[in-house]
Amino acid sequence: MGRKQYQQDLQELKARMTSMAEIVRKNLRDSVRCLESRDMEGADLVIRSDEQVNHVCWDIEEHCIRLIATQQPVAGDLRFIFSVLQITNEMERIGDYAKGIARISRKIGNEPLVKPLVDISRMADIASCMLEDALKAFYENDGRTAAEIPARDIQIDMLFRQVHRELLTFVMEQPANMEQCILLEWVAHNLERVGDRAINICERVLFTVTGEVVDFN
Amino acid sequence: MDQIRLKTLDYSLFYGEFRALNRINLEIPSNRITAFIGPSGCGKSTLLRSFNRMNELIPGVRTEGSVQLDGGDIFREDVVSLRKRVGMVFQKPNPFPKSIFDNVAYGPRIHGVRNRSRLAEIAEESLSRAALWDEVKDQLHKSAMALSGGQQQRLCIARAIAVKPEVILMDEPASALDPVATVKIEELMNSLKKNYTIVIVTHNMQQAARVSDFTAFLLTDENRAGNVIEFGPTDRIFTSPTDRRTEDYITGRFG
Repeated sequence: MGRKQYQQDLQELKARMTSMAEIVRKNLRDSVRCLESRDMEGADLVIRSDEQVNHVCWDIEEHCIRLIATQQPVAGDLRFIFSVLQITNEMERIGDYAKGIARISRKIGNEPLVKPLVDISRMADIASCMLEDALKAFYENDGRTAAEIPARDIQIDMLFRQVHRELLTFVMEQPANMEQCILLEWVAHNLERVGDRAINICERVLFTVTGEVVDFN
Repeated sequence: MDQIRLKTLDYSLFYGEFRALNRINLEIPSNRITAFIGPSGCGKSTLLRSFNRMNELIPGVRTEGSVQLDGGDIFREDVVSLRKRVGMVFQKPNPFPKSIFDNVAYGPRIHGVRNRSRLAEIAEESLSRAALWDEVKDQLHKSAMALSGGQQQRLCIARAIAVKPEVILMDEPASALDPVATVKIEELMNSLKKNYTIVIVTHNMQQAARVSDFTAFLLTDENRAGNVIEFGPTDRIFTSPTDRRTEDYITGRFG
């Protein structure tokens, strides 16, 4: 095994990505939990924590650029580094969606919710699981698992349509609910996007493992 | 599909009893740059030197299989005419201790060109193609030894192309040069491929990635015989090699 420092640098990149993923996943779960439990302080924490996500993202980018400039990675290493950059970017956007949900929580404030967040909560669970499994597949170079994950997005899309219909009926029943329903629709939309971003990560995993570009969407 | 200029068929080369190249099957496309990469002693220079039969100068060398140039067996061709068709540039610039002009005119003179103005034309054309003309046009009768290393190497390229070869073999052509001279040689190779087929041996992986269109990765087997492990378009070899050994070598995990 040659190039010891280089190998250590690649491992370090993985470690930084893991820590970024942990924050993003926690923020995603917390944002929905805070919305459900009307936890304003928790929502504030998610909003502030996104700053940290952005910093780790820049830090990873810098690390990748330095590795490309100084180590001239090729083949599997090049695909790995390129995928780290892409996946980091996907995670950064997921972080933004979590922050968006936390902001909506703040906006709704203490107003009672038009309905218990059953489906939204399920969407969050599936999306969070997809993200977790996609990242695990990346760490383990597991193309097979990565190819199986995207199918789960169908459930998220179905739930999204369900939430949409339900919110529409609430608006029709009581137009005064309109503002909150629009905000909740945004929450569902953000979660639907998280599923899509998780699929993008799966595509990157497959590219890292095989060098092939596939479109799961 | 590219036209094939050079082709080896189950080509093996032996130094006495020792098999240095093992059943090499390669097709080298015309007007492209093909790079041979691999660790020291894997046979890449031996394979390169096979294309103009330079290995025959070594006692005890024997070959099996065939090497074809434009479909014709190179071992049936007169070696002088073969080397006119397949020129070579070496690692260390090796100009003759003669004037710049005489270096370039040397090959054409051997092949019978005597007319002074014709020789002058050839010299200008070859030096221009080797991107050296503007630097030396006022000092053609100065000793070639007075040129810088990079200029000497370009002079050697001009000397090689003066006899209008089809193929130019380059054995680590930039390894003795500084980065600026290296860039010039690489740019030159790129412009030369319009008219010539270029095969280059390089230890510099980035150079192979930068300049070549196709890459062959060679490695010795358990008997220390050189084998072609993988051959393909350079961009594919350097992004998604199919053989684990290629991946390990180009990413620096061994070699």
